[in-house]
Amino acid sequence: MTEIAVAFTLNGRRQEVRTSAHRTLLELLRDILGAVDVKEGCGEGVCGACTVLLDGEPVSSCLILAPRAAGRQITTVRALGAGGTLHPLQEAFAAHGAVQCGFCTPGMILTAYALLRDHPRPTRDEIRRAIAGNLCRCTGYAKIVDAIASLAGSGTVRG
Amino acid sequence: MASRTAPPTTERLRVVGRPLSRHDAVDKVQARTLYAADWQMPGMLYGAVLRAPYPSARIRGVETAAAAALPGVAAVLVARDVPRNTLWTDVPGQTSEVGPLRARIQVLAEEVVRYQGEAVALVAAETPETAQRAAELIAVDYEPRPGIFDPEAALRPDAARVHDQGNLLAHWEIRRGDVEAALRSADAVVEQTYRCQFVDHAYLEPEAGVAWIDSDGVLVIRVSTQVIEHFRDVAEVLGLPQNRVRVVGPYVGGGFGGKEDVTVEVFLGLLAWRTQRPVKMTWSRQESLLARPKRHPFIMRYRTGATRDGRLVAQAVELLADSGAYAYLSALVLMYAAVTAAGPYRVPHVAVDARVAYTNNPPTSAMRGFGAMQMVFGYESQMDQLARRLGLDPVELRLRNALEKGDDLPVGQRLDTHVAVAETVRRAWEELGPHRPASSSRHRVGRGLACNIQPYGRIVWLRDWASAWVGFEMDGSVVVRTGVPDVGGGQASALCQIAAEVLGTDPAQVSIHIADSALTPLAGTTTATRQLYMSGNAVLKAASALRQQILEVAAQLLETPSSRLEMRDGAVTAGDARRVALPAVMKECARLGVARSHLAVYHAPAGEPVDLERGGGRVFPDYTFGAHAVEVEVDTETGAVRVLRHVACHDVGRAINPESVEGQIQGGAVMGLGYGLMEEVVVDRGVNLSTMFAAYLIPTSLDVPDVEPLILESGEGKGPFGARGIGEPPIAPPAAAVANAIEDAVGVRVTELPITPERVARALGLLGP
Repeated sequence: MTEIAVAFTLNGRRQEVRTSAHRTLLELLRDILGAVDVKEGCGEGVCGACTVLLDGEPVSSCLILAPRAAGRQITTVRALGAGGTLHPLQEAFAAHGAVQCGFCTPGMILTAYALLRDHPRPTRDEIRRAIAGNLCRCTGYAKIVDAIASLAGSGTVRG
Repeated sequence: MASRTAPPTTERLRVVGRPLSRHDAVDKVQARTLYAADWQMPGMLYGAVLRAPYPSARIRGVETAAAAALPGVAAVLVARDVPRNTLWTDVPGQTSEVGPLRARIQVLAEEVVRYQGEAVALVAAETPETAQRAAELIAVDYEPRPGIFDPEAALRPDAARVHDQGNLLAHWEIRRGDVEAALRSADAVVEQTYRCQFVDHAYLEPEAGVAWIDSDGVLVIRVSTQVIEHFRDVAEVLGLPQNRVRVVGPYVGGGFGGKEDVTVEVFLGLLAWRTQRPVKMTWSRQESLLARPKRHPFIMRYRTGATRDGRLVAQAVELLADSGAYAYLSALVLMYAAVTAAGPYRVPHVAVDARVAYTNNPPTSAMRGFGAMQMVFGYESQMDQLARRLGLDPVELRLRNALEKGDDLPVGQRLDTHVAVAETVRRAWEELGPHRPASSSRHRVGRGLACNIQPYGRIVWLRDWASAWVGFEMDGSVVVRTGVPDVGGGQASALCQIAAEVLGTDPAQVSIHIADSALTPLAGTTTATRQLYMSGNAVLKAASALRQQILEVAAQLLETPSSRLEMRDGAVTAGDARRVALPAVMKECARLGVARSHLAVYHAPAGEPVDLERGGGRVFPDYTFGAHAVEVEVDTETGAVRVLRHVACHDVGRAINPESVEGQIQGGAVMGLGYGLMEEVVVDRGVNLSTMFAAYLIPTSLDVPDVEPLILESGEGKGPFGARGIGEPPIAPPAAAVANAIEDAVGVRVTELPITPERVARALGLLGP
């Protein structure tokens, strides 16, 4: 199968990988680059576990073909926090009991990050709308909403 | 959020009872947790499973040459390549009609395929694509056969047999008093048949694992599982000594009973053993939805009798469940259903007749609530209809009949701890507060209530035990080792809290090693709402003994009796200024040859098998009770139901970590709402039509309200510090509570789950006669 070179930025570092054109961004990240902080829950764009930020916007990486990553900025949850300290969103998720099995957590946090960056003071309803594409089977969502709502107006997420 | 009830405790606890951040949550928010599918090994192969497309077929032959010849293929295995092609399920007891059961599940289909998705062949190859391609190159010659897809049809005498011994897999009966006479003399009798559906666990993490042969020749399988003890099943299938197989359980991305039976581990063991190379197997979501056991659908016929003043006199229940093609845990699920079918009420005359039948549908097995939860839709729908018939308030009817401590269940088990049915009913109902107005003239708002009884801990004649090792390192830091799989409920972190409480340290300073069948003391399964109860008691026992060992040594150093010493903040103190730091105590232990660790085994109260029919006695160690109250809005033009408020109240005995307890209650309640309102694995003549996540709908954040948890702490559970189990109970009441609220809102009774807009619309007469 023909392989093509794809160059992009992953969490601030330039990457160039060779991949066949039919591969998804999710496969490229997990299987080629070992970015296993991106999870696969369904492979059909329904669950949101594979959410990454593509030029800052949350997308399901299982629905993006790898070549479309060319020249783009990709952010995963590993980019949050610095020097061993947690990002306020990560702290809020842990402190509010928003994490149980944790499999939806990386995608959920990235979706929440984009929400708070664009809408620093979301209401609970707005938060529920924003995370509707990220399924969680453990928490019933209330504590996830609590965690995100705790940062409304805090100014802790900036573009 | 609703407020918490303060624990009615006289003990001073520093750590237990506090809503602490979990250590695993801190890892998970950084995505440091390596789940089963995140594991890599050098030279790893990828496994794939070939599955049968027919729900019922004979296999005339399997041709694997083309697959084996594909470049990059390392192994192709069919049934004849499996050393012992059987997994067994043992079920004690049952009626004399069927007797004790030893049911067989074939690892790979040999001559007969009994459900769509049954595994027929395995492949290991250099890449996932090659493995998939090779699986497609295996030519299986099927002869499709007529199947049985309805449990009622399966029990007719002339029905085709799914298994040679017949289609009745299990039968349990419970008899107390004379139910028919009681029904005849009752002032009111409500009779209704309820049906519930197949559903999927739908955890976010699909089944996955990696197996390898370690340098000592031991087969190691790192797998997402609730049961590391399946190392024995792998050994059995491979014909290996059990001590040559090791299962390592990483933190699990959700289980809910779906990772209680074996998933990938036996297949991985076979492929790794054959190739002598590491093998990874990850099931896709679609494969998971197709092939893995579901929750049992039940047909539940209830006849409930009461006196004019609202005293229950009789509960006659006939149950029929669909086991699908294999036994798995169906006989036990049915027993949980039978034991709880009369509900958390005093009923003098009870007859339960429970059967489960083989069909060619997808197999069914464990799922959160395990048979007991399906019953709630039956008995709680009955309670509301009875209240209506008698002109009584549904809350009042429940209060008049609520079980209390000292009462006997219909099976003859005396309830010997606090029974909080009445309190949970009152608290949940009051918490709903003032009614909300309907959002438009076409909407109606209504309220409903449902209570439940759910066992925690395994059946007493299984003689359950759990072990744990707790030790100090030389620097005074604490280590816990126990074979507990953590499925996301905070299983491990609760144990750290318990150890920290006893040993006077900060839970964040405790290191815990879990779920390794070779290196951690076995603690049993993370199922049956047993893990905090069992392993919590084991850790408490180990830590308490260790504390005493260490205090005896410190007593010599401080020249003070150990009874006057305390462990706190990394030191032993004598209550005055005298203290000795733990490292100094550990040094003294080393000098004296005193162990700095303790291994404890906790044995649950055990008992002999009970003859359910004759009302034998204790079946489970104990039960958790609760009540949920909901307010719903029904759209009278579309039948759509929206849950506006949901209060969920349970007596948890003691909340070790209230944050985790609330999480269990909220998550369970939402899963219960999904079950009640949206979820269904649609099976058409054995063919699963819900194999895409886009077709199998689970609640999103927009489908459910903020569930308001109300924690009651009676202090009377059988777990550590008086805790009861809370993993399963919260899933059970929502479906019935919503059905009751719908009748309150629009006056129609829905008796089949899920309560889709279509079913409500049909009940409202919107879809014609």
